[in-house]
Amino acid sequence: MGALLTRWRAWVWVLPAVALLLVFVYYPIVDNLRLSFFSWNAFSPEPRFVGVDNYTEMFTDPVFWRALLNNVAYAVVSLVFQAGLSLVLAALLEELVGKRLRGLLRTLYFIPAAMSITVAGVLFSFLYNPRYGLVNEALQAVGLGHLARAWLGEESSAIWSVIAMSQWQSVGYTAVLFVVAMQRIPREYYEAAKVDGSGAVRTFFSITLPMVREMTTLIVILTISGAFLVFNEVMVMTAGGPDNSSQVLGTWLYRKAFFEDDMGYAASVATVIFVITFAIAAGQLALSRRRRYDS
Amino acid sequence: MIALDSGVDRRTTAKHRPRATVSFRSVVGRVLGWTLLGAFAVAVLYPVLWMVLSGFKDNQEVFNQPWGLPGELRWENYARAWDLGVVRYFTNSVIVTSASIVATTLISAWAAYGLCRLKLPFGNGVALLVLGGLLLSPTVALIPLFRLLTAIGLFDTYWALIVLYTAFRIPFTIFLIRAYMIELPRSVDEAATIDGASRAQIFWRVILPMSRPILVSAALLQALFAWNEFAFALVFVSDESLKTLPVGLVSMQSRLLTDWPVVLAGLTIAALPTILLFLIGQRQFLRGLTEGVGK
Repeated sequence: MGALLTRWRAWVWVLPAVALLLVFVYYPIVDNLRLSFFSWNAFSPEPRFVGVDNYTEMFTDPVFWRALLNNVAYAVVSLVFQAGLSLVLAALLEELVGKRLRGLLRTLYFIPAAMSITVAGVLFSFLYNPRYGLVNEALQAVGLGHLARAWLGEESSAIWSVIAMSQWQSVGYTAVLFVVAMQRIPREYYEAAKVDGSGAVRTFFSITLPMVREMTTLIVILTISGAFLVFNEVMVMTAGGPDNSSQVLGTWLYRKAFFEDDMGYAASVATVIFVITFAIAAGQLALSRRRRYDS
Repeated sequence: MIALDSGVDRRTTAKHRPRATVSFRSVVGRVLGWTLLGAFAVAVLYPVLWMVLSGFKDNQEVFNQPWGLPGELRWENYARAWDLGVVRYFTNSVIVTSASIVATTLISAWAAYGLCRLKLPFGNGVALLVLGGLLLSPTVALIPLFRLLTAIGLFDTYWALIVLYTAFRIPFTIFLIRAYMIELPRSVDEAATIDGASRAQIFWRVILPMSRPILVSAALLQALFAWNEFAFALVFVSDESLKTLPVGLVSMQSRLLTDWPVVLAGLTIAALPTILLFLIGQRQFLRGLTEGVGK
Protein backbone atom coordinates (compact mmCIF):
# COMPACT_ATOMS: atom_id res chain seq x y z
CA MET A 1 0.00 0.00 0.00
CA GLY A 2 2.80 2.34 0.97
CA ALA A 3 4.72 1.45 -2.17
CA LEU A 4 1.67 2.19 -4.28
CA LEU A 5 1.34 5.59 -2.68
CA THR A 6 5.00 6.37 -3.32
CA ARG A 7 4.58 5.51 -6.97
CA TRP A 8 1.52 7.74 -7.30
CA ARG A 9 3.40 10.56 -5.63
CA ALA A 10 5.41 10.88 -8.81
CA TRP A 11 2.22 12.21 -10.38
CA VAL A 12 2.88 15.50 -8.60
CA TRP A 13 5.24 16.29 -11.46
CA VAL A 14 2.76 15.88 -14.27
CA LEU A 15 -0.41 16.86 -12.43
CA PRO A 16 -0.46 20.60 -13.33
CA ALA A 17 0.11 19.87 -17.00
CA VAL A 18 -2.45 17.08 -17.13
CA ALA A 19 -5.06 19.14 -15.28
CA LEU A 20 -4.64 22.17 -17.58
CA LEU A 21 -4.78 19.98 -20.66
CA LEU A 22 -7.89 18.14 -19.56
CA VAL A 23 -9.82 21.22 -18.50
CA PHE A 24 -8.82 23.75 -21.16
CA VAL A 25 -7.87 21.66 -24.19
CA TYR A 26 -9.66 18.30 -24.09
CA TYR A 27 -12.91 19.19 -22.36
CA PRO A 28 -13.69 22.01 -24.84
CA ILE A 29 -13.21 19.71 -27.82
CA VAL A 30 -15.63 17.17 -26.41
CA ASP A 31 -18.05 19.85 -25.29
CA ASN A 32 -17.95 21.39 -28.75
CA LEU A 33 -19.07 18.15 -30.32
CA ARG A 34 -21.95 17.94 -27.84
CA LEU A 35 -22.95 21.57 -28.36
CA SER A 36 -23.10 21.13 -32.11
CA PHE A 37 -26.25 19.04 -31.60
CA PHE A 38 -27.95 21.81 -29.66
CA SER A 39 -29.49 25.13 -30.48
CA TRP A 40 -28.72 27.98 -28.12
CA ASN A 41 -27.59 31.55 -27.88
CA ALA A 42 -26.58 34.11 -25.31
CA PHE A 43 -30.22 34.82 -24.42
CA SER A 44 -31.33 31.21 -24.08
CA PRO A 45 -28.53 29.80 -21.99
CA GLU A 46 -30.31 26.45 -21.77
CA PRO A 47 -29.32 24.58 -24.93
CA ARG A 48 -32.13 22.79 -26.76
CA PHE A 49 -31.38 19.45 -28.43
CA VAL A 50 -31.94 19.65 -32.18
CA GLY A 51 -30.17 16.56 -33.47
CA VAL A 52 -28.28 17.10 -36.70
CA ASP A 53 -30.22 20.26 -37.63
CA ASN A 54 -27.12 22.45 -37.33
CA TYR A 55 -25.23 20.20 -39.69
CA THR A 56 -28.07 20.11 -42.21
CA GLU A 57 -28.27 23.89 -42.10
CA MET A 58 -24.51 24.20 -42.49
CA PHE A 59 -24.18 21.76 -45.38
CA THR A 60 -26.93 23.54 -47.32
CA ASP A 61 -25.45 26.97 -46.64
CA PRO A 62 -23.56 28.38 -49.65
CA VAL A 63 -21.40 30.53 -47.35
CA PHE A 64 -20.09 27.41 -45.61
CA TRP A 65 -18.99 25.94 -48.95
CA ARG A 66 -17.52 29.26 -50.00
CA ALA A 67 -15.51 29.33 -46.77
CA LEU A 68 -14.33 25.77 -47.21
CA LEU A 69 -13.30 26.51 -50.78
CA ASN A 70 -11.35 29.55 -49.60
CA ASN A 71 -9.52 27.34 -47.13
CA VAL A 72 -8.65 24.97 -49.95
CA ALA A 73 -7.38 27.90 -52.04
CA TYR A 74 -5.32 28.96 -49.03
CA ALA A 75 -3.83 25.49 -48.81
CA VAL A 76 -2.99 25.23 -52.49
CA VAL A 77 -1.34 28.64 -52.77
CA SER A 78 0.52 28.13 -49.50
CA LEU A 79 1.87 24.82 -50.70
CA VAL A 80 3.25 26.39 -53.87
CA PHE A 81 4.96 29.18 -51.93
CA GLN A 82 5.82 27.74 -48.55
CA ALA A 83 6.86 24.29 -49.71
CA GLY A 84 7.89 25.12 -53.30
CA LEU A 85 9.33 28.63 -53.49
CA SER A 86 10.92 28.46 -50.06
CA LEU A 87 12.67 25.21 -50.95
CA VAL A 88 14.11 26.87 -54.05
CA LEU A 89 15.17 29.91 -52.03
CA ALA A 90 16.85 27.72 -49.42
CA ALA A 91 18.71 25.74 -52.06
CA LEU A 92 19.88 28.95 -53.73
CA LEU A 93 21.04 30.35 -50.39
CA GLU A 94 23.07 27.22 -49.79
CA GLU A 95 24.47 26.97 -53.29
CA LEU A 96 25.26 30.58 -54.19
CA VAL A 97 25.72 32.64 -51.09
CA GLY A 98 28.82 32.87 -48.95
CA LYS A 99 28.51 32.14 -45.28
CA ARG A 100 28.31 35.64 -43.88
CA LEU A 101 25.82 37.01 -46.40
CA ARG A 102 23.80 33.84 -46.08
CA GLY A 103 23.35 34.41 -42.36
CA LEU A 104 22.26 37.96 -43.04
CA LEU A 105 19.72 36.99 -45.70
CA ARG A 106 18.38 34.19 -43.53
CA THR A 107 17.78 36.65 -40.71
CA LEU A 108 16.17 39.11 -43.07
CA TYR A 109 13.86 36.53 -44.60
CA PHE A 110 12.67 35.53 -41.16
CA ILE A 111 11.72 39.03 -39.98
CA PRO A 112 8.09 39.03 -41.21
CA ALA A 113 7.48 35.81 -39.29
CA ALA A 114 8.70 37.45 -36.10
CA MET A 115 6.11 40.20 -36.50
CA SER A 116 2.60 39.47 -35.36
CA ILE A 117 0.09 38.57 -38.00
CA THR A 118 -2.00 41.52 -36.85
CA VAL A 119 0.82 43.97 -37.51
CA ALA A 120 1.35 42.43 -40.94
CA GLY A 121 -2.38 42.43 -41.64
CA VAL A 122 -2.93 46.07 -40.70
CA LEU A 123 0.22 47.06 -42.60
CA PHE A 124 -0.99 45.31 -45.74
CA SER A 125 -4.45 46.81 -45.48
CA PHE A 126 -2.65 50.15 -45.91
CA LEU A 127 -0.63 48.82 -48.83
CA TYR A 128 -3.82 47.54 -50.48
CA ASN A 129 -5.68 50.82 -49.94
CA PRO A 130 -7.45 51.73 -53.21
CA ARG A 131 -6.54 55.43 -53.14
CA TYR A 132 -3.20 55.74 -51.43
CA GLY A 133 -1.92 52.18 -51.23
CA LEU A 134 1.53 51.31 -52.52
CA VAL A 135 0.25 48.35 -54.53
CA ASN A 136 -1.89 50.51 -56.80
CA GLU A 137 0.78 53.20 -56.92
CA ALA A 138 3.31 50.64 -58.06
CA LEU A 139 0.99 49.29 -60.73
CA GLN A 140 0.42 52.79 -62.07
CA ALA A 141 4.14 53.51 -62.02
CA VAL A 142 4.88 50.57 -64.31
CA GLY A 143 1.96 51.29 -66.65
CA LEU A 144 -0.36 48.63 -65.31
CA GLY A 145 -2.78 51.14 -63.84
CA HIS A 146 -5.75 49.31 -65.30
CA LEU A 147 -5.09 46.49 -62.85
CA ALA A 148 -5.40 48.79 -59.85
CA ARG A 149 -8.41 48.06 -57.69
CA ALA A 150 -9.79 48.03 -54.16
CA TRP A 151 -7.94 44.84 -53.37
CA LEU A 152 -9.68 44.02 -50.12
CA GLY A 153 -12.99 45.60 -51.08
CA GLU A 154 -13.87 43.55 -54.14
CA GLU A 155 -15.29 40.07 -54.03
CA SER A 156 -13.03 38.83 -56.79
CA SER A 157 -9.77 39.85 -55.13
CA ALA A 158 -10.31 40.00 -51.34
CA ILE A 159 -9.36 36.45 -50.37
CA TRP A 160 -6.44 36.36 -52.83
CA SER A 161 -5.03 39.57 -51.40
CA VAL A 162 -5.16 38.13 -47.91
CA ILE A 163 -3.54 34.90 -49.10
CA ALA A 164 -0.78 36.92 -50.76
CA MET A 165 -0.02 38.73 -47.50
CA SER A 166 0.12 35.43 -45.72
CA GLN A 167 2.74 34.16 -48.19
CA TRP A 168 4.78 37.29 -47.64
CA GLN A 169 4.82 36.47 -43.95
CA SER A 170 5.55 32.76 -44.14
CA VAL A 171 7.82 31.98 -47.08
CA GLY A 172 10.95 33.20 -45.31
CA TYR A 173 10.06 31.17 -42.24
CA THR A 174 9.79 27.88 -44.10
CA ALA A 175 12.88 28.76 -46.18
CA VAL A 176 14.85 29.02 -42.93
CA LEU A 177 13.56 25.62 -41.82
CA PHE A 178 14.73 24.17 -45.15
CA VAL A 179 18.14 25.81 -44.76
CA VAL A 180 18.58 24.19 -41.36
CA ALA A 181 17.63 20.80 -42.83
CA MET A 182 20.07 21.28 -45.72
CA GLN A 183 22.92 22.11 -43.39
CA ARG A 184 22.58 18.65 -41.90
CA ILE A 185 23.36 16.96 -45.21
CA PRO A 186 26.90 15.52 -45.04
CA ARG A 187 29.22 17.44 -47.29
CA GLU A 188 30.75 14.26 -48.74
CA TYR A 189 27.61 13.67 -50.77
CA TYR A 190 28.15 16.91 -52.60
CA GLU A 191 31.81 16.17 -53.18
CA ALA A 192 30.90 12.82 -54.68
CA ALA A 193 28.40 14.53 -56.96
CA LYS A 194 31.06 17.00 -58.07
CA VAL A 195 33.43 14.17 -58.89
CA ASP A 196 30.70 12.59 -60.97
CA GLY A 197 30.40 15.83 -62.86
CA SER A 198 26.85 16.44 -61.70
CA GLY A 199 25.56 19.99 -62.29
CA ALA A 200 23.87 22.15 -59.69
CA VAL A 201 20.35 21.33 -60.82
CA ARG A 202 20.96 17.61 -60.96
CA THR A 203 22.66 17.68 -57.58
CA PHE A 204 19.60 19.43 -56.17
CA PHE A 205 17.28 16.71 -57.43
CA SER A 206 19.51 13.75 -56.69
CA ILE A 207 20.90 14.79 -53.30
CA THR A 208 19.34 17.85 -51.68
CA LEU A 209 15.71 17.02 -52.34
CA PRO A 210 15.81 13.42 -51.09
CA MET A 211 17.85 14.44 -48.05
CA VAL A 212 15.34 17.06 -46.90
CA ARG A 213 12.36 14.81 -47.51
CA GLU A 214 11.44 14.58 -43.86
CA MET A 215 11.39 18.36 -43.45
CA THR A 216 9.43 18.70 -46.68
CA THR A 217 6.74 16.30 -45.50
CA LEU A 218 6.52 18.16 -42.24
CA ILE A 219 6.22 21.56 -43.86
CA VAL A 220 3.59 20.25 -46.26
CA ILE A 221 1.54 18.93 -43.35
CA LEU A 222 1.93 22.09 -41.27
CA THR A 223 1.05 24.27 -44.25
CA ILE A 224 -2.11 22.35 -45.08
CA SER A 225 -3.40 22.20 -41.54
CA GLY A 226 -2.45 25.86 -41.05
CA ALA A 227 -4.54 26.71 -44.10
CA PHE A 228 -7.63 25.12 -42.57
CA LEU A 229 -7.08 26.91 -39.26
CA VAL A 230 -6.46 30.35 -40.71
CA PHE A 231 -8.27 33.08 -38.81
CA ASN A 232 -6.19 36.10 -37.82
CA GLU A 233 -5.22 37.63 -41.13
CA VAL A 234 -8.70 37.25 -42.61
CA MET A 235 -10.25 38.73 -39.48
CA VAL A 236 -7.87 41.67 -39.45
CA MET A 237 -7.98 42.49 -43.16
CA THR A 238 -11.52 41.73 -44.37
CA ALA A 239 -13.43 40.07 -41.51
CA GLY A 240 -14.74 37.72 -44.22
CA GLY A 241 -16.19 40.44 -46.43
CA PRO A 242 -17.20 41.86 -48.77
CA ASP A 243 -20.45 39.91 -48.77
CA ASN A 244 -18.84 36.83 -47.19
CA SER A 245 -16.61 36.40 -50.23
CA SER A 246 -13.45 35.99 -48.16
CA GLN A 247 -14.89 33.94 -45.31
CA VAL A 248 -12.86 30.97 -44.19
CA LEU A 249 -14.14 28.34 -41.76
CA GLY A 250 -12.52 30.07 -38.77
CA THR A 251 -13.99 33.50 -39.42
CA TRP A 252 -17.37 32.04 -40.37
CA LEU A 253 -17.45 30.22 -37.04
CA TYR A 254 -16.57 33.45 -35.24
CA ARG A 255 -19.21 35.45 -37.07
CA LYS A 256 -21.93 32.87 -36.48
CA ALA A 257 -21.09 32.52 -32.81
CA PHE A 258 -20.38 36.05 -31.69
CA PHE A 259 -22.24 38.26 -34.17
CA GLU A 260 -25.24 36.26 -35.28
CA ASP A 261 -25.44 34.48 -31.94
CA ASP A 262 -26.04 31.11 -33.57
CA MET A 263 -23.79 29.08 -31.29
CA GLY A 264 -24.98 25.64 -32.31
CA TYR A 265 -24.28 26.27 -35.99
CA ALA A 266 -20.89 27.71 -35.09
CA ALA A 267 -20.07 24.64 -33.04
CA SER A 268 -20.82 22.42 -36.03
CA VAL A 269 -18.41 24.51 -38.15
CA ALA A 270 -15.83 23.97 -35.42
CA THR A 271 -16.43 20.23 -35.61
CA VAL A 272 -15.70 20.28 -39.34
CA ILE A 273 -12.43 22.15 -38.71
CA PHE A 274 -11.58 19.64 -36.01
CA VAL A 275 -12.21 16.63 -38.22
CA ILE A 276 -10.12 18.04 -41.08
CA THR A 277 -7.13 19.13 -39.01
CA PHE A 278 -7.18 16.07 -36.79
CA ALA A 279 -7.17 13.79 -39.82
CA ILE A 280 -4.19 15.65 -41.29
CA ALA A 281 -2.26 15.61 -38.04
CA ALA A 282 -3.05 11.96 -37.30
CA GLY A 283 -1.93 11.08 -40.81
CA GLN A 284 1.36 12.84 -40.22
CA LEU A 285 1.90 11.06 -36.91
CA ALA A 286 1.21 7.69 -38.48
CA LEU A 287 3.62 8.50 -41.29
CA SER A 288 6.45 9.60 -39.00
CA ARG A 289 5.93 6.61 -36.72
CA ARG A 290 6.17 4.23 -39.63
CA ARG A 291 9.29 5.90 -40.89
CA ARG A 292 10.87 5.63 -37.48
CA TYR A 293 10.24 1.89 -37.40
CA ASP A 294 11.53 1.51 -40.94
CA SER A 295 14.87 3.07 -40.21
CA MET B 1 16.34 13.51 -31.98
CA ILE B 2 17.87 15.84 -34.46
CA ALA B 3 21.22 17.32 -33.67
CA LEU B 4 21.25 20.93 -34.55
CA ASP B 5 23.94 23.42 -35.33
CA SER B 6 22.08 26.08 -37.21
CA GLY B 7 24.73 28.67 -36.51
CA VAL B 8 27.66 26.51 -37.46
CA ASP B 9 28.06 25.18 -40.93
CA ARG B 10 29.48 21.76 -41.39
CA ARG B 11 30.03 22.46 -45.00
CA THR B 12 32.50 25.00 -46.20
CA THR B 13 31.10 28.00 -47.98
CA ALA B 14 30.23 28.08 -51.64
CA LYS B 15 33.29 30.21 -52.34
CA HIS B 16 35.72 27.49 -51.35
CA ARG B 17 33.94 24.67 -53.03
CA PRO B 18 35.69 23.19 -56.04
CA ARG B 19 33.98 24.80 -58.98
CA ALA B 20 32.94 22.91 -62.09
CA THR B 21 33.91 24.41 -65.40
CA VAL B 22 31.98 27.60 -65.91
CA SER B 23 29.50 27.10 -68.70
CA PHE B 24 27.12 29.62 -70.21
CA ARG B 25 24.21 27.77 -68.66
CA SER B 26 25.62 27.92 -65.19
CA VAL B 27 26.26 31.65 -65.53
CA VAL B 28 22.64 32.22 -66.54
CA GLY B 29 21.57 30.01 -63.66
CA ARG B 30 23.65 32.02 -61.21
CA VAL B 31 22.29 35.32 -62.43
CA LEU B 32 18.72 34.05 -62.19
CA GLY B 33 19.37 32.63 -58.74
CA TRP B 34 20.85 35.84 -57.40
CA THR B 35 17.99 37.82 -58.94
CA LEU B 36 15.43 35.66 -57.17
CA LEU B 37 17.25 35.92 -53.83
CA GLY B 38 17.59 39.68 -54.20
CA ALA B 39 14.02 40.23 -55.34
CA PHE B 40 12.73 38.24 -52.41
CA ALA B 41 14.87 40.20 -49.97
CA VAL B 42 13.46 43.46 -51.34
CA ALA B 43 9.88 42.14 -51.27
CA VAL B 44 10.28 41.11 -47.65
CA LEU B 45 12.10 44.17 -46.45
CA TYR B 46 10.36 46.96 -48.31
CA PRO B 47 6.96 46.82 -46.57
CA VAL B 48 8.69 46.70 -43.18
CA LEU B 49 10.88 49.64 -44.07
CA TRP B 50 7.87 51.53 -45.41
CA MET B 51 6.05 50.93 -42.14
CA VAL B 52 8.91 52.27 -40.04
CA LEU B 53 9.56 55.29 -42.28
CA SER B 54 5.89 56.20 -42.72
CA GLY B 55 5.62 56.25 -38.96
CA PHE B 56 7.82 59.37 -39.14
CA LYS B 57 5.86 61.14 -41.87
CA ASP B 58 2.95 63.53 -41.68
CA ASN B 59 -0.34 62.76 -43.39
CA GLN B 60 0.46 64.82 -46.44
CA GLU B 61 3.73 62.96 -47.02
CA VAL B 62 2.16 59.54 -46.53
CA PHE B 63 -0.60 60.22 -49.02
CA ASN B 64 1.24 62.26 -51.64
CA GLN B 65 4.77 60.88 -51.53
CA PRO B 66 4.32 57.27 -50.52
CA TRP B 67 7.75 56.29 -51.86
CA GLY B 68 9.61 59.27 -50.44
CA LEU B 69 11.55 59.63 -47.24
CA PRO B 70 10.01 61.54 -44.34
CA GLY B 71 10.91 65.25 -44.42
CA GLU B 72 11.92 65.02 -40.80
CA LEU B 73 11.86 62.37 -38.09
CA ARG B 74 8.57 63.08 -36.36
CA TRP B 75 9.04 61.17 -33.15
CA GLU B 76 5.83 62.77 -31.95
CA ASN B 77 3.89 60.23 -34.06
CA TYR B 78 5.40 57.48 -31.96
CA ALA B 79 4.63 59.44 -28.81
CA ARG B 80 1.03 59.96 -29.93
CA ALA B 81 0.57 56.30 -30.81
CA TRP B 82 1.96 55.41 -27.41
CA ASP B 83 -0.41 57.79 -25.63
CA LEU B 84 -3.44 56.92 -27.75
CA GLY B 85 -3.60 53.40 -26.43
CA VAL B 86 -0.41 51.57 -27.32
CA VAL B 87 0.97 52.09 -23.82
CA ARG B 88 -1.96 50.20 -22.32
CA TYR B 89 -1.96 47.41 -24.92
CA PHE B 90 1.78 47.11 -24.56
CA THR B 91 1.58 46.79 -20.78
CA ASN B 92 -1.18 44.19 -21.07
CA SER B 93 0.86 42.20 -23.58
CA VAL B 94 3.90 42.32 -21.31
CA ILE B 95 1.86 41.05 -18.34
CA VAL B 96 0.14 38.24 -20.22
CA THR B 97 3.27 37.21 -22.12
CA SER B 98 5.61 37.11 -19.13
CA ALA B 99 3.14 35.28 -16.92
CA SER B 100 2.50 32.66 -19.59
CA ILE B 101 6.22 32.24 -20.23
CA VAL B 102 6.90 31.46 -16.58
CA ALA B 103 3.88 29.17 -16.25
CA THR B 104 4.43 27.29 -19.50
CA THR B 105 8.14 26.75 -19.04
CA LEU B 106 7.92 25.63 -15.41
CA ILE B 107 4.89 23.39 -15.76
CA SER B 108 6.32 21.82 -18.92
CA ALA B 109 9.73 21.29 -17.35
CA TRP B 110 8.12 19.56 -14.35
CA ALA B 111 6.10 17.31 -16.59
CA ALA B 112 9.02 16.60 -18.89
CA TYR B 113 11.10 15.58 -15.88
CA GLY B 114 8.36 13.33 -14.59
CA LEU B 115 7.92 11.73 -17.99
CA CYS B 116 11.55 10.98 -18.69
CA ARG B 117 12.96 10.23 -15.22
CA LEU B 118 10.22 8.72 -13.08
CA LYS B 119 8.11 5.61 -13.31
CA LEU B 120 4.60 7.01 -13.37
CA PRO B 121 1.56 4.83 -13.10
CA PHE B 122 -0.07 5.29 -16.56
CA GLY B 123 2.98 7.21 -17.75
CA ASN B 124 2.29 6.17 -21.33
CA GLY B 125 -1.23 7.46 -21.00
CA VAL B 126 0.12 10.84 -19.95
CA ALA B 127 2.53 10.90 -22.88
CA LEU B 128 -0.32 10.09 -25.23
CA LEU B 129 -2.46 12.80 -23.68
CA VAL B 130 0.30 15.34 -24.25
CA LEU B 131 0.90 14.13 -27.78
CA GLY B 132 -2.82 14.37 -28.54
CA GLY B 133 -2.80 17.92 -27.24
CA LEU B 134 -0.51 18.82 -30.14
CA LEU B 135 -3.26 17.91 -32.56
CA LEU B 136 -6.00 20.03 -31.05
CA SER B 137 -6.37 23.55 -32.29
CA PRO B 138 -7.54 26.64 -30.41
CA THR B 139 -10.11 27.67 -33.04
CA VAL B 140 -12.14 24.54 -32.46
CA ALA B 141 -12.36 25.25 -28.76
CA LEU B 142 -13.57 28.86 -28.97
CA ILE B 143 -17.25 28.33 -28.18
CA PRO B 144 -16.94 25.84 -25.31
CA LEU B 145 -14.11 27.91 -23.84
CA PHE B 146 -16.32 30.98 -23.98
CA ARG B 147 -18.90 29.12 -21.89
CA LEU B 148 -16.33 27.65 -19.57
CA LEU B 149 -14.50 30.92 -18.90
CA THR B 150 -17.76 32.73 -18.30
CA ALA B 151 -18.88 30.02 -15.90
CA ILE B 152 -15.71 30.11 -13.80
CA GLY B 153 -15.48 33.90 -13.88
CA LEU B 154 -12.29 34.20 -15.91
CA PHE B 155 -13.93 35.83 -18.92
CA ASP B 156 -12.56 39.31 -19.52
CA THR B 157 -9.54 38.97 -17.23
CA TYR B 158 -5.81 38.61 -17.75
CA TRP B 159 -6.13 35.12 -16.34
CA ALA B 160 -8.23 33.94 -19.27
CA LEU B 161 -5.34 34.60 -21.63
CA ILE B 162 -2.57 33.48 -19.27
CA VAL B 163 -4.28 30.16 -18.56
CA LEU B 164 -5.13 29.47 -22.19
CA TYR B 165 -1.73 30.48 -23.55
CA THR B 166 -0.21 28.10 -21.04
CA ALA B 167 -2.59 25.20 -21.56
CA PHE B 168 -2.40 25.24 -25.35
CA ARG B 169 1.38 25.52 -25.47
CA ILE B 170 2.18 22.90 -22.83
CA PRO B 171 2.19 19.93 -25.25
CA PHE B 172 4.69 21.50 -27.62
CA THR B 173 6.88 22.78 -24.79
CA ILE B 174 6.90 19.45 -22.93
CA PHE B 175 8.10 17.63 -26.03
CA LEU B 176 10.74 20.23 -26.67
CA ILE B 177 12.13 20.05 -23.14
CA ARG B 178 11.74 16.29 -22.81
CA ALA B 179 13.78 15.66 -25.95
CA TYR B 180 16.60 17.61 -24.31
CA MET B 181 16.32 16.10 -20.83
CA ILE B 182 16.39 12.55 -22.19
CA GLU B 183 19.88 13.24 -23.48
CA LEU B 184 21.18 14.34 -20.07
CA PRO B 185 23.22 11.49 -18.56
CA ARG B 186 21.45 9.58 -15.80
CA SER B 187 24.70 9.48 -13.86
CA VAL B 188 24.15 13.07 -12.70
CA ASP B 189 20.86 12.05 -11.05
CA GLU B 190 22.53 9.05 -9.47
CA ALA B 191 25.43 11.06 -8.16
CA ALA B 192 23.03 13.56 -6.60
CA THR B 193 20.95 10.75 -5.09
CA ILE B 194 24.04 9.30 -3.45
CA ASP B 195 24.74 12.73 -2.03
CA GLY B 196 21.32 12.51 -0.39
CA ALA B 197 19.41 14.91 -2.60
CA SER B 198 15.67 14.47 -2.97
CA ARG B 199 13.86 14.28 -6.30
CA ALA B 200 12.82 17.91 -6.02
CA GLN B 201 16.35 19.01 -5.17
CA ILE B 202 17.76 17.10 -8.12
CA PHE B 203 15.28 18.80 -10.40
CA TRP B 204 15.84 22.34 -9.17
CA ARG B 205 19.59 22.18 -8.57
CA VAL B 206 20.83 19.78 -11.24
CA ILE B 207 18.42 19.10 -14.09
CA LEU B 208 16.93 22.55 -14.47
CA PRO B 209 20.27 24.39 -14.65
CA MET B 210 21.59 21.80 -17.10
CA SER B 211 18.55 22.28 -19.32
CA ARG B 212 19.02 26.01 -19.56
CA PRO B 213 19.65 26.18 -23.30
CA ILE B 214 16.39 24.46 -24.17
CA LEU B 215 14.50 26.45 -21.53
CA VAL B 216 15.68 29.62 -23.23
CA SER B 217 14.45 28.30 -26.58
CA ALA B 218 11.11 27.34 -25.05
CA ALA B 219 10.72 30.74 -23.41
CA LEU B 220 11.54 32.59 -26.64
CA LEU B 221 9.04 30.61 -28.67
CA GLN B 222 6.40 31.13 -26.00
CA ALA B 223 7.14 34.86 -26.09
CA LEU B 224 6.65 34.98 -29.84
CA PHE B 225 3.42 33.02 -29.53
CA ALA B 226 1.87 34.94 -26.65
CA TRP B 227 2.90 38.37 -27.90
CA ASN B 228 1.28 37.73 -31.26
CA GLU B 229 -1.76 35.61 -30.33
CA PHE B 230 -4.98 37.04 -31.70
CA ALA B 231 -8.02 34.73 -31.62
CA PHE B 232 -8.22 34.13 -27.85
CA ALA B 233 -7.36 37.75 -27.15
CA LEU B 234 -10.16 38.86 -29.45
CA VAL B 235 -12.86 36.60 -28.05
CA PHE B 236 -12.08 36.35 -24.35
CA VAL B 237 -11.22 39.95 -23.54
CA SER B 238 -13.71 42.67 -24.37
CA ASP B 239 -12.72 45.37 -21.88
CA GLU B 240 -10.73 47.97 -23.81
CA SER B 241 -8.35 48.44 -20.87
CA LEU B 242 -7.37 44.74 -20.87
CA LYS B 243 -6.73 44.33 -24.58
CA THR B 244 -3.36 43.08 -25.74
CA LEU B 245 -1.44 44.58 -28.65
CA PRO B 246 -2.72 42.45 -31.56
CA VAL B 247 -6.36 43.20 -30.77
CA GLY B 248 -5.69 46.72 -29.56
CA LEU B 249 -3.97 47.66 -32.80
CA VAL B 250 -7.01 46.66 -34.82
CA SER B 251 -9.29 48.75 -32.63
CA MET B 252 -6.79 51.60 -32.88
CA GLN B 253 -6.80 51.35 -36.67
CA SER B 254 -10.58 51.67 -36.75
CA ARG B 255 -10.48 54.60 -34.33
CA LEU B 256 -7.80 56.53 -36.24
CA LEU B 257 -9.01 55.85 -39.75
CA THR B 258 -7.23 58.74 -41.43
CA ASP B 259 -4.22 59.15 -39.22
CA TRP B 260 -1.98 56.66 -40.98
CA PRO B 261 1.37 57.78 -39.58
CA VAL B 262 0.23 57.32 -35.99
CA VAL B 263 -1.20 53.86 -36.67
CA LEU B 264 1.97 52.89 -38.53
CA ALA B 265 4.06 54.14 -35.63
CA GLY B 266 1.92 51.98 -33.35
CA LEU B 267 2.51 48.96 -35.59
CA THR B 268 6.25 49.56 -35.45
CA ILE B 269 6.23 49.72 -31.66
CA ALA B 270 4.24 46.49 -31.52
CA ALA B 271 6.54 44.64 -33.94
CA LEU B 272 9.78 45.77 -32.35
CA PRO B 273 10.00 43.54 -29.23
CA THR B 274 9.62 40.21 -31.01
CA ILE B 275 11.87 41.22 -33.89
CA LEU B 276 14.55 42.30 -31.41
CA LEU B 277 14.12 39.09 -29.43
CA PHE B 278 14.56 37.13 -32.62
CA LEU B 279 17.66 39.07 -33.66
CA ILE B 280 19.27 38.60 -30.25
CA GLY B 281 18.29 34.99 -29.63
CA GLN B 282 18.30 33.76 -33.19
CA ARG B 283 20.18 30.57 -32.50
CA GLN B 284 17.98 29.55 -29.57
CA PHE B 285 14.93 30.41 -31.63
CA LEU B 286 15.93 28.20 -34.50
CA ARG B 287 16.89 25.36 -32.22
CA GLY B 288 13.47 25.45 -30.63
CA LEU B 289 11.69 25.71 -33.95
CA THR B 290 13.50 22.93 -35.73
CA GLU B 291 13.53 20.59 -32.74
CA GLY B 292 9.89 21.22 -32.02
CA VAL B 293 8.95 20.92 -35.64
CA GLY B 294 11.03 17.78 -36.04
CA LYS B 295 9.03 15.68 -33.62
